[in-house]
Amino acid sequence: MRKHLGIIVLGLVLLAGLAAPLVTGASQPGFYIEVLLGGLMAGVLYSLVALGFALIFKASGVFNFAQGAMVLFAALAVARLAERMPLWVAILISIVIMIVLAWIIERLVLRPLVNQEGVALLMATLGVSYFLDGFGQTVWGSDIYKIELGIAKEPVMILDQVFQGGILVNKEDFVATIAAAALVGSLALFFQKTATGRALRAVADDHQAAQSIGIPLNRIWVIVWSVAGIVALVAGVLWGSKLGVQFSLSQVALKALPVVILGGFTSVTGAIVGGLIIGVGEKMAEVFLGPVMVKAFDLAGGGIENWFAYVLALLFLLVRPQGLFGEKHIDRV
Amino acid sequence: MFYRENGQFKTTYAADQQMLPILQDRVFMAAVLVIAFVAVPLLANDYLFLSLLIPFLILTLAAIGLNLLVGYCGQISIGHAAFMAVGAYAAYNIALRIPQLNFLVVLVLAGLIAAAVGMLFGIPSLRIKGLYLAVATLAAQFFMDWVFARVKWFTDYAGSGSVSTAAIEMFGWKVDTPTEKYVFLLAILTVFTIVAKNLVRGHIGRAWMAMRDMDVAAEVIGIRPVYAKLSAFAVSSFYVGVAGALWGFMHLGSWEPLAFNLTLSLNLLFMIIIGGMGSLLGSYFGAAFIVVLPILLNQIPTLMGMPLTTAMISHLELMIFGALIVFFLIVEPHGLARLWAVGKEKLRLWPFPH
Repeated sequence: MRKHLGIIVLGLVLLAGLAAPLVTGASQPGFYIEVLLGGLMAGVLYSLVALGFALIFKASGVFNFAQGAMVLFAALAVARLAERMPLWVAILISIVIMIVLAWIIERLVLRPLVNQEGVALLMATLGVSYFLDGFGQTVWGSDIYKIELGIAKEPVMILDQVFQGGILVNKEDFVATIAAAALVGSLALFFQKTATGRALRAVADDHQAAQSIGIPLNRIWVIVWSVAGIVALVAGVLWGSKLGVQFSLSQVALKALPVVILGGFTSVTGAIVGGLIIGVGEKMAEVFLGPVMVKAFDLAGGGIENWFAYVLALLFLLVRPQGLFGEKHIDRV
Repeated sequence: MFYRENGQFKTTYAADQQMLPILQDRVFMAAVLVIAFVAVPLLANDYLFLSLLIPFLILTLAAIGLNLLVGYCGQISIGHAAFMAVGAYAAYNIALRIPQLNFLVVLVLAGLIAAAVGMLFGIPSLRIKGLYLAVATLAAQFFMDWVFARVKWFTDYAGSGSVSTAAIEMFGWKVDTPTEKYVFLLAILTVFTIVAKNLVRGHIGRAWMAMRDMDVAAEVIGIRPVYAKLSAFAVSSFYVGVAGALWGFMHLGSWEPLAFNLTLSLNLLFMIIIGGMGSLLGSYFGAAFIVVLPILLNQIPTLMGMPLTTAMISHLELMIFGALIVFFLIVEPHGLARLWAVGKEKLRLWPFPH
């Protein structure tokens, strides 16, 4: 009990913050649920990016700072190719591009750096991320592009009998959620049922043992980076259709870092739950806590959501460094 | 042939412990200082000062600060521009509220405030390390960005959130021409470099390096991790805070919120990777590289008769930075400073191959 005191207190504070707007009557139930749903949808997108992080970290121990750049690169590829061909062809070609990219990264970056310490690899992925940002914009252009998924953009009103004013829901967000769920499901199947998936899990468990029973590490890394590239593609397409494809996508994707801290670096479940917590948390904080803080401290506007995720992750690091679902072992000092 | 230390015997402890034990190094350093303090102010023009030398000197100071933390103590930070921001805004507010204060005092106070904030965000480093610390420092970056953009007191209730600095004055000397700024910055950088050099070769620096190389072993030989890490954060943030104040007052003059954003943090990190982690000289090389590269990219294609667009230049810059980082991490993890050292070794043997 004492061991978990910190996390319990933090959890209770978060729950209290979540309930506060309803209990104090600061918000209509309908509006409250709308904000909650909005947060969940944003959370799904964070989860998708975080999933790519978790996959790569699990299989190769690389903290992939370039995941955001990969999201941007994939989204740019799809957006620009879709101008010249049907969307599904564009997506297929982009998948091939991401796989080639994974192969190149493995060949040129990871293989020469094998057995280096984690921080060196982190900086290498920083380099990859800069290169991809520049390269992507050189090849595909640096304006704002649109991806049309062919789903109606106007929000749908539901439950207008139950609540006054009903709840506005975006159809696109539902599609995003379903796509994310399908992706996670197929990833789980891939990891559990196929021989390659088993090999991946073996590598994740113990590099040397896996190598000694004949699993080719290099090929596994190419596969993992390809899968992460495809996950980045899905995230990029969904996000791009919502916000437009532009450079800031690469920065928004940085939010996946606190998400994986929250959920635990090695856990796929953690990436998803962490994404949802961060998504809901920062929307709630922005909408309900923001105005209170602006009034209390006389601020020039809200914008809490820019740092909320990171500070939450910082608190988590202090009370539970392995994250919600991470493995116990962690390099403590 | 010229660069040999044989025959230079050390007969006193003072001679054994001096900073530059080899005569040729001392001569070289004296020549560099004479050129920097006398020849450059006489020869350079305003453009050279404003777009090259002043940013170079300030960024070098910041890179030394980050290098003390990352290169010497092994604690990674990708949020160091936040502490530059703390230094800049602290200096702005102190100068605004106590206008008659000597600028040197303002600088020191700004550095101390940055050091305090740096220690605060360094506390997580006592429990976590490596990748986790990277995220903790990112929290510092985004949180400080927000604080300075939103809390009106820091920007003196300016409507746009941008601030402009007052004139710089100390001991009746008004520092306003580019040449004066250059000399002032050079003097500051020289002092800070000497202090850093003596820090890292003294017991504090050795404690940092022991923490970096193996924390458990360091603890066993009696180095207290709390002191080693927090002192590294404090000293590093002090340097970076002073650099931030100088960046605001001497380079920018007036700046918007988000002038000290994540890009600047990452650039600082690139400087020490390319220049050389754990090397003061490397900080100079890295800063020079980062300042010169965009200008070269701008000039060379124009000279060759095919000017690039601004967007293209910024993309090329990103690609070159990215590729170089990966290249240096693979081929020469100790950066340009290591190449310099190799060159020195070669010079020692020259003209013989072995």
